[in-house]
Amino acid sequence: MSKIQNKFSELKSKKEKALIAYIMVGFPNETGTMSAIRGLIKGGADIIELGFPFSDPIADGPVIQNASTISLSKGTKLQQFFKIIKKIRKETNIPLIIMTYTNILYRQGYNEFMKNAKKAGIDGLILPDMSVEESNNYLDAAKRNKMDTIFLISPNTSKERIKKILKATSGFLYLVSIFGTTGMRTKIQQYTIDAIKKTKKIVNKKIPIGIGFGVYTPEDAKKFLSFGVDAIIVGSAFLRLIEHTPSNKIESKITSFTKKMKNTTRNR
Amino acid sequence: MKVNQPKYGRFGDFGGRYIPETLVPAIEELEENYLKFRQDKNFRKELDYYLKYYAGRPTPLYFAKNLTKKIGGAKIYLKREDLLHGGAHKINNTLGQALLAKKMKKKRIIAETGAGQHGVATSMACSCLEIKSEIYMGYKDTIRQKLNVFRMNLLGSKVHTVKAGSQTLKDAINEAIRDWITNVDTTYYLLGSAVGPHPYPVMVRDFQSVIGEEIKKQMKEINKKSPDAVIACVGGGSNAIGTFYPLLDSDVEIIGVEAAGKGLKTQQHSATLNVGTKGVLHGMMTYLLQDKEGQIRQTHSIAAGLDYPGVGPEHAHLKDTGRVKYHSATDREVIDAFLLLTRTEGIIPALESAHAIADVIKVAKTKSKSESIVVTLSGRGDKDVEVVEEYLRKNVKNSK
Repeated sequence: MSKIQNKFSELKSKKEKALIAYIMVGFPNETGTMSAIRGLIKGGADIIELGFPFSDPIADGPVIQNASTISLSKGTKLQQFFKIIKKIRKETNIPLIIMTYTNILYRQGYNEFMKNAKKAGIDGLILPDMSVEESNNYLDAAKRNKMDTIFLISPNTSKERIKKILKATSGFLYLVSIFGTTGMRTKIQQYTIDAIKKTKKIVNKKIPIGIGFGVYTPEDAKKFLSFGVDAIIVGSAFLRLIEHTPSNKIESKITSFTKKMKNTTRNR
Repeated sequence: MKVNQPKYGRFGDFGGRYIPETLVPAIEELEENYLKFRQDKNFRKELDYYLKYYAGRPTPLYFAKNLTKKIGGAKIYLKREDLLHGGAHKINNTLGQALLAKKMKKKRIIAETGAGQHGVATSMACSCLEIKSEIYMGYKDTIRQKLNVFRMNLLGSKVHTVKAGSQTLKDAINEAIRDWITNVDTTYYLLGSAVGPHPYPVMVRDFQSVIGEEIKKQMKEINKKSPDAVIACVGGGSNAIGTFYPLLDSDVEIIGVEAAGKGLKTQQHSATLNVGTKGVLHGMMTYLLQDKEGQIRQTHSIAAGLDYPGVGPEHAHLKDTGRVKYHSATDREVIDAFLLLTRTEGIIPALESAHAIADVIKVAKTKSKSESIVVTLSGRGDKDVEVVEEYLRKNVKNSK
């Protein structure tokens, strides 16, 4: 069993759902990233997604775009990224996932990238522009490096396609809640609720379902959890908090916001 | 764990479909409709009607006698796409796709634009076919092509200025894709070049192939044979692939010309096929200008329409097979070619097209007078006179 799978079964036995937190590495800088991660861990996040910046993040809204731009302008490079991950690994055993775009992996070679990621302590990958049809080599490399590959589905993904994507997905299935980019704020839509129901039926408990894009507040989280998802994924809300917090307060602010979010996942 | 590879939409290693999942149903719907209407005689008839009476096809193939004499080699013919409505080849594709969008009952069209020519051509096609349109354009491009912004506004399009990234074509495409993800149900994304996820590279090529088909026919009428060579400029590569595709299985020499900007040894160019490396951007696998980490590099060209770090996947394949040779021309060579064509023939070429002229100046010299070369003059240069004026002013200053 992978570390991500283990985490989900451990949570299940405690009657908890998962809080998956996303932050962009190198935003606002390396020190800020470490403070934010310590805050996430103290606050009780279950899984952490580490964003590696890409120059052209087509699936991301303004908050993550801005974080990518700042991280790149601070000179974030892969070597340093993996060093930060090793540092995090020394402090915690929490499952760590990289979220970035296909070209970053392709440029290094899928296998080469994953070898380094594994060595640094990464457990899984999310690539929002990796279509399942293009994923053969990516999946082969992931298998070789014992890396979970988390694929995304959307409210308009057909039943047949969800089944196809399920064959390629490991760790959990990422349900995008809205038609839009990351961090878009809207009230919870009927189509999202329908998508959760449809997906649950097709997945039939074979793999956990996480919901993300537009989960901002504990109220959002509660609502989504009430429809039976296994994890809430929060990204832009954390980045916005970091954006508006002086660096010496990042850890404590993130800790208290993480606690609030985590509380919504207990007794489920 | 093997998942199906796409049957369709690959050119050798290149092309494919690397897109956020939300776009998959829209892309599949587009592919299905395109394949259906491509075979539909009525659709073809309607498009031919608009191409002829609205856009002004066929365009002339003009023997550039003065330029030929001046250079003193092969006979040079100009395929006059600059005479089309709107002043560029872009209308061939926008009429085709806007008509398709109409058949698909889409209420809203979005598009990206670099130099503004595709934006203008989209606005025109959408006015003509009565569909609402919104155009994304990089901030830097709105400055250097401000008259085109005004033209789009006059034609009834909303222009969104994109301030992210390099503020050029690449970022306009990013923003258009984000819009499409958000409004996927109602919106048709009218891509302007032979780039992007399948089926765009195929579809744009097909709509632009009217250029090469006409060249074949017109050269037969004039010379009783195909040209010995064809030359076209390559940014994303739509006028080039439209010129080349109908000639690929002949023995015609085919040359694409990329923007060498301030020189291939500087980082300030857009010569993707000349010096790029393989990667994934805007939904396709192709050659890219990128750094060792896979970050897309800033590009430069005096021609906004060529200022793009990727290239159509079919060109990437044609480069690798060797069927097409890809040359490049620097900003300085392009300005010289712009001035030469303007003065010898009284034709002001777009700076994009002037790249092809710069190359024919070199190539024609090496060929005999009995040979003939067709250059696709993809657009007219009225939009560029300000940029040229500024270049000349600065460079006279520099040389003092």
